[in-house]
Amino acid sequence: MLEVSVQHRFSDFSINADFKAPHGVTALFGRSGSGKTSIVNAVAGLLMPDEGRISLDDDLLLDTSRKIRLRPHRRRLGYIFQEGRLFPHLSARGNLAYGSYFAPRNAPRENFDRVVEMLGIGQLLDRKPGALSGGEKQRVAIGRALLSAPRMILADEPLAALDEARKAEILPYLERLRDEVSIPILYVSHSVSEVARLATSVVAIENGKVTSHGPAVDVLGDPAVLPAGAREAGALLTARVETHHEDGISELNAGGIPLFLPRVPRNPGSEIRIRVAAHDVIISRNRPEGLSALNILPGIVQEVRSGDGPGVMIALDTKAGRILARITRRSAQTLELSPGVHVHAVIKTVSVAPHDVG
Amino acid sequence: MDWLGPEEWNAVLLSLRVSFWAVLCSLPPGILVAYALARWSFPGKQLLNGLVHLPLILPPVVTGYLLLLTMGTQGAIGGLFAEFGIVFAFRWSGAALAAAIMAFPLMVRAIRLSMEAIDPKLEQAGATLGASPAWVFLTITLPMSLPGIIAGTILAFAKAMGEFGATITFVSNIPGQTRTVPSAIYAFLQVPGGESAAIRLVIVSVAIAMAALFLSELVGRRVASKVGGRNA
Repeated sequence: MLEVSVQHRFSDFSINADFKAPHGVTALFGRSGSGKTSIVNAVAGLLMPDEGRISLDDDLLLDTSRKIRLRPHRRRLGYIFQEGRLFPHLSARGNLAYGSYFAPRNAPRENFDRVVEMLGIGQLLDRKPGALSGGEKQRVAIGRALLSAPRMILADEPLAALDEARKAEILPYLERLRDEVSIPILYVSHSVSEVARLATSVVAIENGKVTSHGPAVDVLGDPAVLPAGAREAGALLTARVETHHEDGISELNAGGIPLFLPRVPRNPGSEIRIRVAAHDVIISRNRPEGLSALNILPGIVQEVRSGDGPGVMIALDTKAGRILARITRRSAQTLELSPGVHVHAVIKTVSVAPHDVG
Repeated sequence: MDWLGPEEWNAVLLSLRVSFWAVLCSLPPGILVAYALARWSFPGKQLLNGLVHLPLILPPVVTGYLLLLTMGTQGAIGGLFAEFGIVFAFRWSGAALAAAIMAFPLMVRAIRLSMEAIDPKLEQAGATLGASPAWVFLTITLPMSLPGIIAGTILAFAKAMGEFGATITFVSNIPGQTRTVPSAIYAFLQVPGGESAAIRLVIVSVAIAMAALFLSELVGRRVASKVGGRNA
């Protein structure tokens, strides 16, 4: 468990963050400029905060009150940078092996061949970074961090510098990293879909402060916490794949409620997470009839939250889980929505994009 | 090379020896000073920068005279060295010292520029992978600045081969001891009938300078492609 408490003042900005990152993938989630990278740099030791305490399991990395400031090279945290930062004078193999020279001999370490196989970089080992594509560089960077026998992996927007196709190329490798490697990961991102796919817990950051933290399902389903803005909001559902129908629709089971989604690339029986974007959810007081949408979930309104704009965010609990719906204030008034009201949430099948499923 | 007389031959060999030692001994401090100027901030940094560059701006005669005052057997530092049996005044070692001092700014400048071109974020990445600052320097900074180190070395060698003013002021112009190629050319031009010898040494000088330039270009290009060429 990583425990972080840091305060730092920049000339025009200050950071005051307290959070814990349990095992699994913890996402530091917030807009660009919210101070996420500074917090990760403080964990890595690249930024020495004015005040704070950072500990990993039983080890103190930083305690300003006791004048303990471990240098970065003594922290043993694998850092995956946004821009890769591969060493241009070394081959991919040299980059991958770099960290293992400095790891303590008795440290538990990943097997070189297994990491190479997991990341699919066997063909690239003898190339220099200059001859690698952006996605290939980032996969080597992931392997390099992994092979330095780290106690934790820090990833600072590892996909942000890549285009959509490259992101789709890397995401499965990050999921394998989460599922096959027991090292905890602190993952910085401003992308809801990345966080929804990867994170087991979420720390929402705004203006250098933690606004909410907890399991991913709770934080992303909380209408009060919209670190990426209302437009990007969306709750997470967990569902089990039941069958794949011949017309290209997959049927899933979420808490006893059937969900129909475009073909999910998973085998029946596997558990997946689905991000349901709030702006894709329609609310109806009565059970709608004669509607093209396939997914109709009965639920109870928990919260109606309005901001400055014409939109309101409705949080409702269904048997499938918490769902967020973004509708206009006018509709909310016409439907007389308030906590406790029974409604139906309608989700179009095709609105759930492949990158929302993982 | 029969066409060089023994005296001229002596001058060429002496120049090569002086330049070789001048460059060899100034390379480690040159790399250190370049690194300090490129990466560290410390009080007196501008002073150090000024001191390093001083020989480039001062008249060489002044540099030579200052060397004579400080490094001569009566000088503060020269006296100390003399205690250990190292005498600079009027010896070839003094010529090497003068050449090293005069070539130092060129060497530091070339190395510093190539070190400043290295993204400090790469050095940070090295630290997060467990490399201590010394290892980061040895495995990242040093190899990546190799093109600059080679360029600086060759530039300094060429400068040392041509050093005249400070050398002749500090260690005079003693045949076989401190008479380097430039000093020899100067001496030949002072005596009647010495012009043909002077011309021969001029040709040697030009040949060595051209070879140095060619070599630096060749090695620089090969190393640059090895070190990565395109940025990662």
